[in-house]
Formats: sequence, C-alpha cells, structure tokens
Amino acid sequence: MDPDVPSLTAGIEIHQQLDTERKLFCRCPTLLRDTKEHSGGFTRFLRATESEMGEIDRAALEELKHVRRFTYYTYDTTCLVEDDEEPPQPLNPEALEIALSVARILGMNPVRQVHPMRKLVIDGSNTCGFQRTALVALAGRLPDGTGIDTICLEEDAAQRVEEGVFSLDRLGIPLVEITTAPDMHTPEAVQATAEYIGMVLRSTGRVKRGLGTIRQDVNISIAGGARVEIKGVQELDLIAEVVRREVRRQQSLLAIRDDLRGRGASVERQPQDVTSLSARSGSRILSKASCVLAVVLRGFAGLVGREIQPGRRLGSEMADYAKRCGVGGIFHTDELPAYGITAGEVETLRAHTGAGTGDCVVIVAGTPEQAGCAAQQVIRRAAMALEGVPEETRRMLPEGSTAYMRPLPGAARMYPETDVLPVTLDEGAWDRVPVPELLSDRAGRFVKEYGLDTAVARQIAFSERLPLFERAVAEGVNPRLAHRALIATPVEMARKGTDLSRLTDSQYLSVLQAVSTGKAAKEAVPDLLAALAAGKPEAEVLGSLTATLSPAELDAIVARVLKDRETFVRERGKAALGPLMGVVMAEVRGRVDGKLVSEALKRGLEKVVK
Amino acid sequence: MTAGLRPGDRVRWQGSSGARDATYITDRDGMAVLKLDSGYNLGVPAGECTFLARAPAAAPPCGAVTQDPNLPELSIISTGGTIASRIDYRTGAVTSQFSAEDILRAIPQLRTVARYRTTQIASILSENMTPSLWQDLARAVYREIGKGVQGVIVTHGTDTMAYSAAAVSFMVETPVPVIFVGAQRSADRPSSDNAMNALCSAAAAVSPLGEVAVVMHGGTSDDRCAIHRATRVRKMHTSRRDAFQTLGGPPLGTVKYPSLQVDLTPDAARRGAAPLRLRDALEEHCGLLTFHPGLRPDVIRAFSGYRGLVLAGTGLGHVSSECVGAVKGLIDGGTEVVMTSQCLHGRVCDRVYDTGRDLLAAGVIEGEDLLPEVALVKLMWVLPQARDHDAVAALMRENLRGEIRPRSLHGP
Repeated sequence: MDPDVPSLTAGIEIHQQLDTERKLFCRCPTLLRDTKEHSGGFTRFLRATESEMGEIDRAALEELKHVRRFTYYTYDTTCLVEDDEEPPQPLNPEALEIALSVARILGMNPVRQVHPMRKLVIDGSNTCGFQRTALVALAGRLPDGTGIDTICLEEDAAQRVEEGVFSLDRLGIPLVEITTAPDMHTPEAVQATAEYIGMVLRSTGRVKRGLGTIRQDVNISIAGGARVEIKGVQELDLIAEVVRREVRRQQSLLAIRDDLRGRGASVERQPQDVTSLSARSGSRILSKASCVLAVVLRGFAGLVGREIQPGRRLGSEMADYAKRCGVGGIFHTDELPAYGITAGEVETLRAHTGAGTGDCVVIVAGTPEQAGCAAQQVIRRAAMALEGVPEETRRMLPEGSTAYMRPLPGAARMYPETDVLPVTLDEGAWDRVPVPELLSDRAGRFVKEYGLDTAVARQIAFSERLPLFERAVAEGVNPRLAHRALIATPVEMARKGTDLSRLTDSQYLSVLQAVSTGKAAKEAVPDLLAALAAGKPEAEVLGSLTATLSPAELDAIVARVLKDRETFVRERGKAALGPLMGVVMAEVRGRVDGKLVSEALKRGLEKVVK
Repeated sequence: MTAGLRPGDRVRWQGSSGARDATYITDRDGMAVLKLDSGYNLGVPAGECTFLARAPAAAPPCGAVTQDPNLPELSIISTGGTIASRIDYRTGAVTSQFSAEDILRAIPQLRTVARYRTTQIASILSENMTPSLWQDLARAVYREIGKGVQGVIVTHGTDTMAYSAAAVSFMVETPVPVIFVGAQRSADRPSSDNAMNALCSAAAAVSPLGEVAVVMHGGTSDDRCAIHRATRVRKMHTSRRDAFQTLGGPPLGTVKYPSLQVDLTPDAARRGAAPLRLRDALEEHCGLLTFHPGLRPDVIRAFSGYRGLVLAGTGLGHVSSECVGAVKGLIDGGTEVVMTSQCLHGRVCDRVYDTGRDLLAAGVIEGEDLLPEVALVKLMWVLPQARDHDAVAALMRENLRGEIRPRSLHGP
C-alpha cells in the first residue's frame, strides 16, 4: 500500500483484439484499412431510446448534446452487417474459444449459456447504437491473489476518423474484455496486473499485436473521492503514472472543496450577458462571438486556476464540460489578463458582473445556443467542485493526465441481442478448450532446454516472432542463431535505419537455413536480410552463395590481394588493414566469418611488412 | 427449480463461481436465464437458483403527452408492424407500443407534424396477414377517412406490406393519402429506421398526395424516404432499409429528412381528386404459382376448383409446352388464369412464341406489366365484380389504380 495514498482502490479493464479470421458477428476479415481506401459511405442519425424509467441513460443523454448525425466509411472488406443493414451472424466460435482459453488460464468459471447483449452506445462508434457483448466467464484469480471478476467477448467499435465521421473497418473485430476486482492499492500494482494479463493474452498466440490492439481502462477512487474510469490507456508503461496523476487530481479536488467550503463559496445560477462589453475586446474570440456570457463563482478566486494535475487546472475541467456544447473553451479571471484580454477589460467585467476580488468570473463565447449551453455546463461543474470529485469517464492525454469525456454510464443500458442465439457450453466443451503454455513458462523452458540466458529467453518468448523462432528451431536451426537473426539483429538494424518490416517468414527461414547448412557465414546475416528487404530476388541473394571458404582458400585470396596491391601495402604498412578489409570482404562476403578475414589479413600483412 | 418464478423476480444464484443475487428473466433450453446486476444475462442450471423476492412493480411511463389542436388530424391504424417500442432494461423485454400516447412518447417529433388518433386492428407478424384482414383494414381506413382525418398512416410488418397496400388500394378509392409504413431494423435500437420512416409518413399523410402509398427509406442513409405507389411497389431486399422499390418507373415522390419536405411527381394522384368509396368484396380462392423448369402439370391441376390462378411465367409469360394442357383444363373447369412474368420488369406478351399463342388459345389472360403479387390481389378483387371471363379479362387488363403502365418507359 502506498503510504502517501492510504485509500487508493483501483481495478482495470483490459480490451484486447483477437486475431481471428473473421469478425465476431459477420464473415468479414479482421483487417484495418487506410481510410483513403474507403469505397463508399452513408449517414445516419442515432436516437436515444427511452428506458423503462422514462429516462434516457445519463451517458446517452450527454451524447445528445453533440451532433447526432454520423457519417460512416465502408470498404470492400466490410459488409451490410457493419452497416446495420443485415442481422448479425452467429457468435464466432473461434473468438469464443480464445476467450475461453484465456478464462481457463485465469482460473475462471465458464458461463453455461452465453447470452449476447446489446449495450447502449450512441456516440456514433457503433452503427446500431449499441455494442454487442457477452459474458463468458466469472470469478478467477491471478497468482498474486488479484481477483478477476469477468471476461466478456465483445465487438470492437468503429474508428473515429474526425468529429462525426467513423471508419467501419474496425467495427466488429472480436475483443476480450477482462475486468479485475478493485483489488489494487498502489499505482505499481495496477501496472503489474496489466502487464501480467497482457502476457496471459499473448500466451494464446491468437491475439493481435501492435499499437491500438490492446487498450486498458483504469477505474480509480480514493477515500472521499469518487469512482473515475479512465479510458483508452494504450501504453502499458504509462499506467502507473496515470494512476498517480488521478490520485493527485482527486486529492487536489478534495482540497479545493475544503477551501471553497471554508470560504463559504457559492455558484451564481444565472449567467450574465456581457456581449456588449466584448465588442471591442482584444480577444478575437470574444469580439467576434455573437453571444458572450459570464458566470460568477463567488469565493472561487485563485482556485479555478489552481493546478490539480500536471498541465490541468479546475478551469480545464470546466472547459471540458463547456466544450460539449461546441465552444472552443472558456476564459476565467484566474488566468486573466491574457489571450488579448486586457487588465482594463477584466476590471470592467468584474464591475459589470458585481464580482469582487475573492470571486472568479468565467466567460464563454459562441452562438447564443452554444454560449447558453456552455454557461450551464460551467455552472454544473462549478457546483460539483463544492461537492468534491464527480463520477466521470475520462480519457487519457499524451503524458498521463486526463480530460473529462462523459458521466459514468448508468447501469440500465443492456438488453438481449435477440438476433443472435445464446450458445450453450456443455462441460465437455470447457474441458476441450486449449490451455496454452504461459509465455513466462515458455521463457523458463528455453533457458532449460536451449541453455539460453534468462533475458534472451524472455525476449524470445515475448516477441511477435516467437512462432517463427519455434519453427526455425524445429527445423534444426541453432536457437542462439535463431534469436540473433530473428530478434536481436532486426532490432539493431532498425535502430540504424534499415527497415526489415517487409521481410516474410519464409525469407527469414531461408537465410537461417543458408547459415545452418554452411552456405553462408552467420556474420553475413544482416547483409543478407538487408538485401532481401531491399527487394532483391531470393534466388539472386542466396543463390550466388558458394560454399564456405576453407582457411587455406581464404589465405590464398588474401595473398593474391596483398600481391596485387604491393606498393600500397608497403607505403601504409599495418594501416592498410582497414582499406584492404573492404576489398577482401567484397569477394568473400557471406562465405566466411569477418573476424577470420581480419585475422588472415593481419597475418598476411605482418609477413609483408617484415 | 424455476417453477413459480416470474420475470423480474430477485433470486440468489449459487454457482461454481460463488453466490450472487440476480434478476430472473425466463427459461431457455433447460436453463434459467438471469440478469446480473451488471446488466449481463447468462443461462445457469435452474437448480442453482432460489427465490428471494417478488418483482417490483414496473414504473409506469411518465410525462403527459400533449397534442397541438391546431395541426391537421391523422389516423394511425396499426396491424402489428412495430413503429415504436419500449425496452424494460430490468428484464430486457422489448414491448411494442400502439397507443397514440406511447408512439408520441417514443417519437416526440411526430407532434410537430400533426395530431393523431389511433386504432389497432391486429397485432400480428405480417406473414400471418390474410385477405380477410385486408378487408378489415380497408374498412378501418374507409371509416377513418369518413370521420374527416387529413390522412391515414397504416403501420405494418414489412414482409407482406406491399400485398396489403395493393389490396387497400383496390378496395378503397381515397381522396386523402393512405400511407403504409414499417421498419426494417427493430424499433428498440437507436439506429432504427422507424422514427425517420414514421416522420416521413406523417409528412406524406398531410401532403397534397391523394392515393395509397408506401413510405420507406429511399437509400441506406438517413436523408430521404421514397413514396411508392401501392400497386407498383415490391420488397426487393431481405434486410436493407431501402428494401422497398417502385418497379417499372420512378417513385411517386420523396420526403427529405430531417426537413420533411415532400416532393411529388406529376404522376402522383392529388388530394381530393377521387371520391371516397369502398368496394371490399374479395374472392379468396385464388393462387399464385411460379413456373420453373420441370414443373409437373399435376401442380397446375392442383388448383382445379380455384376461382383464379396467377402464373408467374418465364420471360414474356410462358410455361412449358407440357403444362399448356393442364392450364387449358383448369380454364375449361372455370378457373381464370392470368399470366405475369417472373422477370418482374417488363410486359407479358404471349403472341411472340408458339407456347404463348397456345396459352392464349387456351384462354389465359395476359397480365400486361402487373407485378405477380399485385395481379393476385387484383384478381381476388375483380372476380366478385365480373360476370364472365370477358369481364374479368377486361378489368384485369385495365389500369385502375396505377397498377398497369400503359407504356413501358425507358429506364429500369
């Protein structure tokens, strides 16, 4: 437990794309596309549906503040199911098997009859207005005792191209969603749990790899604070920092609340129209707006501008709320004069609105509708500051701070997906689910079986090229050579700017076979890979290799080179080694170890010099 | 055991993952379906559930619905097509809504177009529609128009909506718009086409149109609905929003969305042009048969005793030579046989090939460019009115409700 934060409670949700052949509810490939390749599109409106309480879900209601007309891009790899123009296909059994596989590793209890549900999402990222999701297993535990509450199988959402525009290539790719119990109490524990679950997922060998294929949501609360869900943390290394910053944000908001209460602060519920004051403002935003409204926050001076997270102030939170109404942001007197607004303007504003030095004035500008909506949002958020920390869904900013997204969704947003039949799992089906070897166990086995160093073994086990490594070793390639050629060398070459990403598995294997059969020296591997990656035909690159040179043959070549350049050698003496190395290598590259060439040349030079 | 449990009851589920409280929903395939408090449903062995408490009473829908008395009055007649529905997230149940209040609560913008009265004449899936229900529907439409409404909206399942629309078109001559509308995507989903179709149908129902029409999505986008003539429209796709298409020419008009601007072509009948008249007799003993290679004459003979048979023949309107005798036998026995084409596009002509000429000689009536289903409905309606074969043939070949286009125009 972190001594600074005696009351941190955190849990995580991990969303991992599965590497299935088809999508979860249609037969389209799980292929991400360049949006420039879209072949068509259409527009739709989404309407919030009424729940049984006659209320619209509060997260859905928040979305209604936004434009509700959405545009979707279609591709030759998407179909009418993504368009919400055809009922879904049955739940993809391949995806279910992977989810069950993960559930078995995590020691969970499978659901006997899996019921796909519709989860209301009307931000446009799902063409239907809901995301299909099914609970697959319950109640597992990690080796460190952390509880795993649930594992669900769900469809990924469409990717946002720009405001109101979505690309349908990603919609429907299967995801597993793993939710832990709120069992973590330090930022480091949260990150360690995420790392472990990520390892478990990759152990299946059937999940997608690369940026954006795994997303973590973190649920955090501290004593006296509120539950906050932070969406879309993509980099594992940032998780602990995100948690630390959220703890700090909640602590700061609680301190601000206490200060506000101590000052007897209050929020004026009625915004004041200050459009006439702003006509000649030095700020173009204010002078151009058709409506400028001011909200007076009594007793808030200095607190709206107080930092609550690196780069974030209470004012930033108010701005996030206001932006829901289509305004670019807010101005507040804690940060003024600035942005073209002069000290004189601030004085006039204070006088006009009756704000004293202990008060803070927030201004919003836009059309009358935008400004009116934004002022109400500022009032709402300011009132929350008097209560403490609001329950929110937030999104991560690049460095690990967060911004407000929407309120936490209410519970009442799921109902059955009647177009998909439930899947009943008999007990035998559960027993037949494959349980893969954990990558951490596999690394241990590599140490034992191949005598590899622990770090090297882990590097192999956690690499995307693990399957290729295992195939090469099965084909008789030395494990060290395979590690060098498949994992270490490409990393080094990438650092030097050589791009090997176009190399195929079979090209890697051909190079390894050439070395294993003695046709090429292992030192030649980088050159051979680079030549293949540059697009040279395999026959040319590998076919021209003759058998490895014998020491006698090498000595003969060296002697010939020295003889041909006798004058040069006598002039330069031992310093001729460097230039001559290139000459000899040009002749023998790929057939003999460079170190042997250098030794042979040194010996030859010494003879000549003597 | 789930015996005695009612949907919504609180139960304790004791499974291998521990005990937790949940809401009982229903039984399915020998399992008890429970809703966890997270909202997820799952099926568990029934024996793992014990009763805790009765379902709390469902909260009644709130908020009074007011209608603007200054707007024109429309009548909504529902047959079971779901234009509005409500979800009970507690049990996950989706219920169709039929009262004016409930429909207006689900689609509040309807209140800006008109005020509404509602009648429910059936609550069925449209594949269960029957000619006698078409008659009930026609009478209800006639009654409502007689009460002075500015237009009628009929909500209908989409599967057989085109048949019903054609039937009402023949049975009711109308001075006001009678608009059939449905939804291709369920009304519970935020993306449903129900709201836009309903709003466009209301706009069409207060427009200058004066005939029976189907109003549904004009494309996959939510930007316009098409207004289709009831006797030329066909469901041409199993699932797309724009499944309904006018065959043999352009639609009667469009309703733009969200502006609800109605544009009618000159071909569309105008409000007040026809008197209100009901002629609701139908001869139900009629059939529709699609010919296919290898069809045995027995199948045609199976219709003996029927008053009418529509054939959807091949190409210009053919059946195999082997079947001509059976067709002749049917006609000689008193069955009126009308030839249409399974091509759907284009006109029947049985004078080009020998088989066609043999069919004409046998007494087959050429069905012009009638859609096969429309020919069936029309034949049911014509038979009670026509005294003999010649009268049937004359009425079948006369354009009465825009069902026959005298000239085959360019285009699809």
